[in-house]
Amino acid sequence: MGSAVTAPGKRDSAFPNFRTRTWNYAARRTLAILPVVLAALTVAFAVIHLVPGDPVQMMLSIGGSVPSPGQEQALRHQLGLDQPLAQQYLSYLWHAVRGDFGRSIVTGEPVSQVIGAAIPASAALAGAGFGIAVVLGFAAALLTTRLRPGPARTVFDALPVFAMSMPGYWVAILLIQVFSFDLGLFPATGGNGAAGLVLPAITVALPPAGVIAQVLANALEAARLEPYVFTAQAKGASPWRVLVRHALRNAVVPTVTLLGTTVGNLLAASVVAETVFARQGLGRLTVTAITDHDFPVLQGIVVLLGVVYVLVNLVVDLLHLWVDPRVTMARRGER
Amino acid sequence: MTLPRRPGLLLAVLTVLALAVCVLMPDVVAPHPPDAIDPAAILRPPGAGHLFGTDQLGRDLFSRVVHSARAALLVAVGAIALSLAGGAVVGLASGFAGGWLDGLFMRAADVLLTFPPLLLALGVVAVLGSSATNVAVAVGFANLAPFARLVRAQVLHLRGRPYVHAATLSGVSPPAILFRHIVPNAAEPVVVVALVSLGAAMLASSSLSFLGFGPRPPATDWGTLAAAGRDYLGSAWWLTTFPSLAVVVTVLAATTFARALRKGRS
Repeated sequence: MGSAVTAPGKRDSAFPNFRTRTWNYAARRTLAILPVVLAALTVAFAVIHLVPGDPVQMMLSIGGSVPSPGQEQALRHQLGLDQPLAQQYLSYLWHAVRGDFGRSIVTGEPVSQVIGAAIPASAALAGAGFGIAVVLGFAAALLTTRLRPGPARTVFDALPVFAMSMPGYWVAILLIQVFSFDLGLFPATGGNGAAGLVLPAITVALPPAGVIAQVLANALEAARLEPYVFTAQAKGASPWRVLVRHALRNAVVPTVTLLGTTVGNLLAASVVAETVFARQGLGRLTVTAITDHDFPVLQGIVVLLGVVYVLVNLVVDLLHLWVDPRVTMARRGER
Repeated sequence: MTLPRRPGLLLAVLTVLALAVCVLMPDVVAPHPPDAIDPAAILRPPGAGHLFGTDQLGRDLFSRVVHSARAALLVAVGAIALSLAGGAVVGLASGFAGGWLDGLFMRAADVLLTFPPLLLALGVVAVLGSSATNVAVAVGFANLAPFARLVRAQVLHLRGRPYVHAATLSGVSPPAILFRHIVPNAAEPVVVVALVSLGAAMLASSSLSFLGFGPRPPATDWGTLAAAGRDYLGSAWWLTTFPSLAVVVTVLAATTFARALRKGRS
């Protein structure tokens, strides 16, 4: 986000104070996360005010019960909805920066606790999914590039497209049918241990693996035509060495850019995966919070996602510095 | 470039034709009414008489999948139409007006792009409530920002073209330049992205339906059919397989068209 590769001509002028520029870039990039976090906080605040009708009545009338005026006033007061909007916003921000999002209107527990309890399961799922997606994606791209045109190549070219065209719930169901029911290798539901993690992780990893494979294979294909690859071949390097040491290093930049959105998409996919595999993570919590109109919990989730996204993109942008040191801060929107 | 030499594209064309027939005249294609209960044929596997098998009430799954095509496609196509229209308005205004309006719209797009589309759509459904229409609105809204960005980039790119300068110098009014010179030239790449997004919208909307935020029963789409079959996934694989397969085939067809269009351009 907000980064660009400088034009080749600018490279030389950047060289004398390269170190300082790099540090400047890293510092400015880190500071740039603040407005985005504020925006995520504001969106989360706005959610409750965007609901058509009265959010308090909506929250209280779950299961068809008619709330008493006293109940209504109590909840309105608890949520601070009886104060002026500006005061609500400031008080919300003040509490939010300290991690306080109030209490779940369903269980009465603090939102930070409800969300905190769901984080480990989701972090494990996203982490495992990320690992599988990167390994599968890179392996598929490298293998595809090494294959000559023919039936095998056609199959490998089509695989990522299929991976991206499968609805997550069907992947989950197929995996359960084959690996839990037919082969009995992994548990179908529950199980927050390592064995219970395998199938959900594969479920969330397949679409991003397809995206990584496609983007990387395209970049590798282009890099193979570069003169330095020809030079390496002429010097007698083995095909795999040329591919991994020479072509991959230069082709990997677009894939690194992609990793930021991959984490977000993994979290999104976990909504479906956690529902099918009955895992107690953030995705499932999101679904129940929506069904129960539990707005404080939803606000907390929105802010958490915003912060995660911002941090992941910060890491990705700093990774760019390492992969391609020519990266400098460009004006936003110019990428 | 002819169809028979490109089996993938031919398949995609046939798929779209089949889907069109299912959407327009489901009663002609489906052998049974979608909600006809048959106690004598409960949970039958696929075979003669019941191409896709039957569900726990003996309803013919093939007929149910065919009758669900209209709802499933309406939501996905509606969603993309919405992102296209919204993104075009925002992108054109942003690119053409520039200044503070551009800044405002693009910062808003930055915030929207912060969230993965499926989660954004979930959030909109959380605010609006569950229904097929709201799923379309949610998925459409979730995919709006990329279209706005693309249209804006196209406008900025085209504004610098000599023929636009020529039109400006010969006194053509700004709206005329916008609609006669910029919109037609910006349209093509936007259509390619729309086709790719159509597949994504199909996947997102069917996932939302699967999670129970889509059409209310007795209305069905492919996502709700698969969700209903989940209770029998150990005993009746066909109940989840065929509705999901319908989604996959539709997504593949959209992707194939997008690729063909992109190839045709370059």
